[in-house]
Amino acid sequence: MSAVMITRKVRKWEKLPGKNTFCCDGRVMMARQKGVFYLTLFLIVGTCSLFFAFECPYLAVHLSPAIPVFAVLLFLFVMAMLLRTSFSDPGVLPRALQEEATFIEMEIEAANGNVPAGQRPPPRIRNVQINNQIVKLKYCYTCKIFRPPRASHCSICDNCVDRFDHHCPWVGNCVGKRNYRYFYLFTMSLSLLTIYIFTFNIVHVVMRSVDKGFLNTLKETPGTVLEVLVCFFTLWSVVGLTGFHTYLISLNQTTNEDIKGSWSGKNRVQNPYSHKNIVKNCCEVLCGPTYPSVLDRRGLMHEDSVCSCSICYMHHHHHHFEQLQQQQQQQPSATNHETHSSTHPQ
Amino acid sequence: MKLLPLGVRARLHACPHACTHARTRARASSSPARLYSRVVPHSSSTNGCRFQHGTDPAPFHCNMATEFHNLQELRHSASLVTKVFIQRDYTDGTVCRFLTKFPSELDNRIERTLLEETVKTLNSYYVEAEKIGGQSYLEGCLACATAYIIFLCMETRYEKVLKKISCYIQEQNEKIYAPRGLLLTDPIERGMRVLEISVFEDRGSGSSSPSSSISSAGSSAR
Repeated sequence: MSAVMITRKVRKWEKLPGKNTFCCDGRVMMARQKGVFYLTLFLIVGTCSLFFAFECPYLAVHLSPAIPVFAVLLFLFVMAMLLRTSFSDPGVLPRALQEEATFIEMEIEAANGNVPAGQRPPPRIRNVQINNQIVKLKYCYTCKIFRPPRASHCSICDNCVDRFDHHCPWVGNCVGKRNYRYFYLFTMSLSLLTIYIFTFNIVHVVMRSVDKGFLNTLKETPGTVLEVLVCFFTLWSVVGLTGFHTYLISLNQTTNEDIKGSWSGKNRVQNPYSHKNIVKNCCEVLCGPTYPSVLDRRGLMHEDSVCSCSICYMHHHHHHFEQLQQQQQQQPSATNHETHSSTHPQ
Repeated sequence: MKLLPLGVRARLHACPHACTHARTRARASSSPARLYSRVVPHSSSTNGCRFQHGTDPAPFHCNMATEFHNLQELRHSASLVTKVFIQRDYTDGTVCRFLTKFPSELDNRIERTLLEETVKTLNSYYVEAEKIGGQSYLEGCLACATAYIIFLCMETRYEKVLKKISCYIQEQNEKIYAPRGLLLTDPIERGMRVLEISVFEDRGSGSSSPSSSISSAGSSAR
């Protein structure tokens, strides 16, 4: 018995399909392209540190010490929301395992009946009725499932995401059911922070200019110019985004549905998920239950490529293990125990 | 009561991790029916027995979870015939609900009422988990006020209900489904998309191997 017996624990995130990157042993889940996310981090942290370095000492003394304190709290909240949005699972739906995929295929074939040769088979759509509205569920060829209502497949992350809103490069992740409220709180708190810094920059420049003149002020606190520039451009985009998402939340729509015009009112189609009441819609989206992740990232792979069965420890042969590994590579999600028991002495 | 094939008995003897009481009793007992009763997890007797097959003792709060996992592993040695999937019911929106329609493949395996009862109870659990009311608002506002850091220490209501569901499914499997050669899989392991029911070969009909005599002895013992 050589050291062929792999006892390294393989966690499920290492074998997940899709184009996500995982950190901290599966605790953190992000998209592959993270460049813009680093830019976001840099802008926020950079601008805030300039604010704390240049403006806060003056304002704390001349106006009130509550100003930097509130800025710190707001900054921490923004960072917490950003990290939570970026690092959490947006609501990825796991792909169908072999048996489920086969079952669905059989159902589709039964529903479609016999297609004459040469004709394209009809598109795979399932109609369900939700609140007296017919909603079409599309079949996802990558994930081999009929997508639940409001789910959509993100091509960047190569996953089906429940209540898919959009893929946000600034955050480096998809925005879906599980992290939408964090995303919204992030944009809202960032708007507040931007407005706050912008306002107090102006106040600071005005107050100092009264004493020392405008140009001297700029010379003393060069960071102010930079901050004002960043805040000015950020303001328009972030405040606009917050306003847009507030509108979507009040109607209980996702960005995806808005862009596609799913509930625009054509053909008497209405949003079946809306409670027709702004307060109720907001409460559902923001104060609804916190859905758990159905993607078990940190679970251990006990049935798959790591042969950790104790009987294998006793009776295993090296070549059999390699055989298993090869099989494993072909069928990443099939359970291997059937092959185990068939080869073990009975 | 379904019996496991002889291969499983061999596994018990060979398992280096088996706790001593299982091993000694296995050697001592002659009746396979009693052997099976050691193997099948009963929360009263086997709480201490960590029948590990190299699986990491993940911190299951429900003690039955580890034993159920073993039941599942052992089940793999019985031959799987097919899997039946109960789909989601979207008539009420995106709330988690499963169809109570009885799948025709299970016609002669289980009574309709039992399966319907299970699905209805599961649906009620999910409704409880996703209920938007006073408690969920309180939880949401408190969490928001602490920038959601409180979720690192506190368990959300949904997670508590999921644990209850997991225990309920294990209990149903032991009492109702395993004796009929069926096995329910917790929907959370399938992305809350389907309720998977694994259908195993009906060993009650017997086979040519010695296990047939064992199964008849076992059934008479029960």
